[in-house]
Amino acid sequence: MSAVQPTLRRRHLRLGDPIFFGFCALFGAVILAVVIAILISLISGSWEALKNLGLSFFTGSDWAPLEGRMGAWPMLYGTLVSSLIGMVIAVPVSLGIAIFLVEWAPHWLREPIGFLVELLAAIPSIIFGMWGMLVLAPLLQQHTEPWLADHLGFLPIFSGPVLAGTGLLTAGLILALMVIPIVTSIARDAMRAVPVSQREAALALGATRWESVRLAILPYARSGIFGGIILGLGRALGETMAVALVIGTTPQVKASLFQPAYTMSSVIANEFSEATTDLYRSALMEIGLGLFVVTLLVNVVARVLLRSVNHRAPAGTTT
Amino acid sequence: MGALRAADGFSVSRESVAVEVKDLHAFYGRQEALKGVTMMLPANAVTAIIGPSGCGKSTFIRCLNRMHEEVEGASVQGAVIIGEANIYAPGVDPVEVRRRVGMVFQRPNPFPHLSVFENVAAGLRLNGMHSRSEIADRVEEALRLAALWDEVRDRLSAPGTSLSGGQQQRLCIARAIALQPQVLLMDEPASALDPVATSRIEELAVSLKSVYTIVIVTHNMQQAARIADKTAFFWLGELVEFDDTDTIFTLPKDKRTEDYVRGRMG
Amino acid sequence: MNAERRPRGHVGARRRRDKTMLVLCILAVIVAVVPLLFILGYTIVKGLPALDLRFFMMDQPPAGASGGGLRNAIVGTLFTLVIALVFGVPTGILAGTFASEFGKPKLAESLRFVNDVLAGVPSIVIGLAVYGIVVASMGHYSGLAGGIALGMLMIPTVTTTTHEMMKLVPDALREGALALGAPRWRMITSIVFPSALRGILTGIMLAVARVIGETAPLLFTSFGNTHLTFNITQPMDALPLRIFIFVASPYNRWQTLAWGGALFLVVIVLILNIVARLLGRKRARD
Ligand SMILES: Nc1ncnc2c1ncn2[C@@H]1O[C@H](COP(=O)(O)OP(=O)(O)OP(=O)(O)O)[C@@H](O)[C@H]1O
Ligand SMILES: [Mg+2]
Repeated sequence: MSAVQPTLRRRHLRLGDPIFFGFCALFGAVILAVVIAILISLISGSWEALKNLGLSFFTGSDWAPLEGRMGAWPMLYGTLVSSLIGMVIAVPVSLGIAIFLVEWAPHWLREPIGFLVELLAAIPSIIFGMWGMLVLAPLLQQHTEPWLADHLGFLPIFSGPVLAGTGLLTAGLILALMVIPIVTSIARDAMRAVPVSQREAALALGATRWESVRLAILPYARSGIFGGIILGLGRALGETMAVALVIGTTPQVKASLFQPAYTMSSVIANEFSEATTDLYRSALMEIGLGLFVVTLLVNVVARVLLRSVNHRAPAGTTT
Repeated sequence: MGALRAADGFSVSRESVAVEVKDLHAFYGRQEALKGVTMMLPANAVTAIIGPSGCGKSTFIRCLNRMHEEVEGASVQGAVIIGEANIYAPGVDPVEVRRRVGMVFQRPNPFPHLSVFENVAAGLRLNGMHSRSEIADRVEEALRLAALWDEVRDRLSAPGTSLSGGQQQRLCIARAIALQPQVLLMDEPASALDPVATSRIEELAVSLKSVYTIVIVTHNMQQAARIADKTAFFWLGELVEFDDTDTIFTLPKDKRTEDYVRGRMG
Repeated sequence: MNAERRPRGHVGARRRRDKTMLVLCILAVIVAVVPLLFILGYTIVKGLPALDLRFFMMDQPPAGASGGGLRNAIVGTLFTLVIALVFGVPTGILAGTFASEFGKPKLAESLRFVNDVLAGVPSIVIGLAVYGIVVASMGHYSGLAGGIALGMLMIPTVTTTTHEMMKLVPDALREGALALGAPRWRMITSIVFPSALRGILTGIMLAVARVIGETAPLLFTSFGNTHLTFNITQPMDALPLRIFIFVASPYNRWQTLAWGGALFLVVIVLILNIVARLLGRKRARD
């Protein structure tokens, strides 16, 4: 064997690669550290409430923190119901838009409509809230809610009286608007990913457009669409400012959607900086912890669904 | 900075050297793509590597500049001696090896964000050369050697990707030879090009052999016959036959070589 | 929506259903686009009168007074954003590089997962957590805490776009650089980064657009400040915070300023989105 020619050896220690990759790994670890820090901060912040109030915290329905009564059920209820309303409206609308964009819209119209819908996601949530408070709530109060109460008032959810226009219905509508762009863009991408051959097979069988959507596209894109819906739900559950301005800030559980209510995020936003006792502050932290856990679960489910169709959801669509 | 210092980095002699391959095995994970290749590639000559698709031609030449190990899970056994040195000896820096063994890929891959000039200068800069005038000289020299200078002298600052396919490939050759390597490896350099561009690359390979040891992978039998001094026939990861090009194409010793050469040329 | 499962039945009925679905889909587009235009139009009409020189040059007026502007909030938002960028962009870019270039699929996959988790944390929860980490240990609210909260919100977007843009860089370019004798870090910094740069910039712009209007994470971090300050260790104002306070106030001038601020935010967000889109489109054409 010939000796190694000295010049083929490292001239000097090559530290560039280890240093560079160490650096990248370090910052990758920062992300993990941030998530862990969030969790630790929430747990330690809510420790006192966890200790004193336990899990019944989320089932108690009396919220009078200054008198020491802290039950978070009204907030949990408000969050769930307003998000549910938002999703019930947003899902069919989003699917309709996505189907229109993929199937029917002429090419010159796809880009502009897609852009407009994405703009809906770009508008700061505080502006949705302002608009909801000053425009949408009065509109609902004067027109929609009386009409609903008159015609569908036999249903508990639409029973009167009509109050200020702020409440679960208004919050749900605003949330729907905010969730539509998320569900739409993911559903559209999932439908676009359906192989042309699938659709052509349906069309070749003599299916109409809509039939080919139902036969070939929706089943194929199903898990992507589902992932988008759940991601949208995650956003709705955590949304704060838009809801805080239109929910009515009343910790109560009422069947009527016209009634003011409260949500987990908006009670934190409204009361945290004024929470005077340690337990009060800690209780709000526990609500935050609950919100973290719920959105975490929802997002994990969404990502698993989306990953299984090998589709990337846009990061940063959840607030 | 881990880069070389220009002073010692560029003092390499330009004398071309032979490449000796000893019992070379290459793996992708557990799959053995090269099963013990031993051969001597002479200096100042063009050696063609031929064989059916998937027989290990690309794998073989990627072992000659330690690019093979860049593939996830890939590994190499055996020795490749370039000049005096085994590039697989412990302590050898693959980065150092690649600087001395240039490589041209099947598809032209100029860096899209760099100009024609900067593409050729890229290797020099990556290896720590800073002097502007020195770089300008080396770039011009490389472009002339690559027979591209006259075509691009007026558009040195245009993006490298604005050239035609054939010009891009010659640009990549210029980029490789600007570093003044001892060996130049080409993996089907003309397969993405039209006949005119192909013949320019062939002329270039022949003219460069006075300075370099050239190894060229090709699917094109006529091309091998036209330009190669020596030809190696690979089959299923083995070197079946290695001889003068004339011998391989007229009087092959192995039946498999004969079938392949006949079938393809007939 | 459909009782029937199979596309049988009379041809005319099927045609009609096809048309009905088309109409419903168009309706869905209208349902989404009309409120958008309504919101944009309303913001312009209410906000435009406030956007004069005073808006940018003067601090907020006292309650009930006329005049004044939102300089304290604009400056505060600027400072907070800079802190967020300083924290969020290097983290996102380097973490994205790790995920894309490290060649350890398991690690990269876990990093993406953690990044997705962070992307899903509601911004109000980020605010709470930063309160617990930064504000509680400093003992008071600060612009720094607000910047850190916004930085945390930016990280996932920057990481994901960096990762995806670097993945789009063809391996042929990486091999080209390695074959020239570049160490990996040089290959990444001088070949992969520049090729992915435009996409990464797009991601940063979208990240800024995402956080610039965030109110919730600033409520108990920056907290707000009625005076102009350049001191990031003190409570600092921000546009969305000021808007939130002013819009619910009973004072005319404050409400006008709130809508001026809203319009200003919308314009910035629109510009960022459009520029990002154009940049992205250009890259697609290259
Ligand atoms: N990245 C890889 N991972 C796993 N196996 C690989 C990889 N690249 C090549 N192989 C396998 O190694 C063997 C040799 O491949 P190689 O690319 O060297 O062939 P080739 O002779 O260059 O073929 P072609 O003429 O098509 O370029 C093939 O069986 C191939 O499947
Ligand atoms: Mg090959």
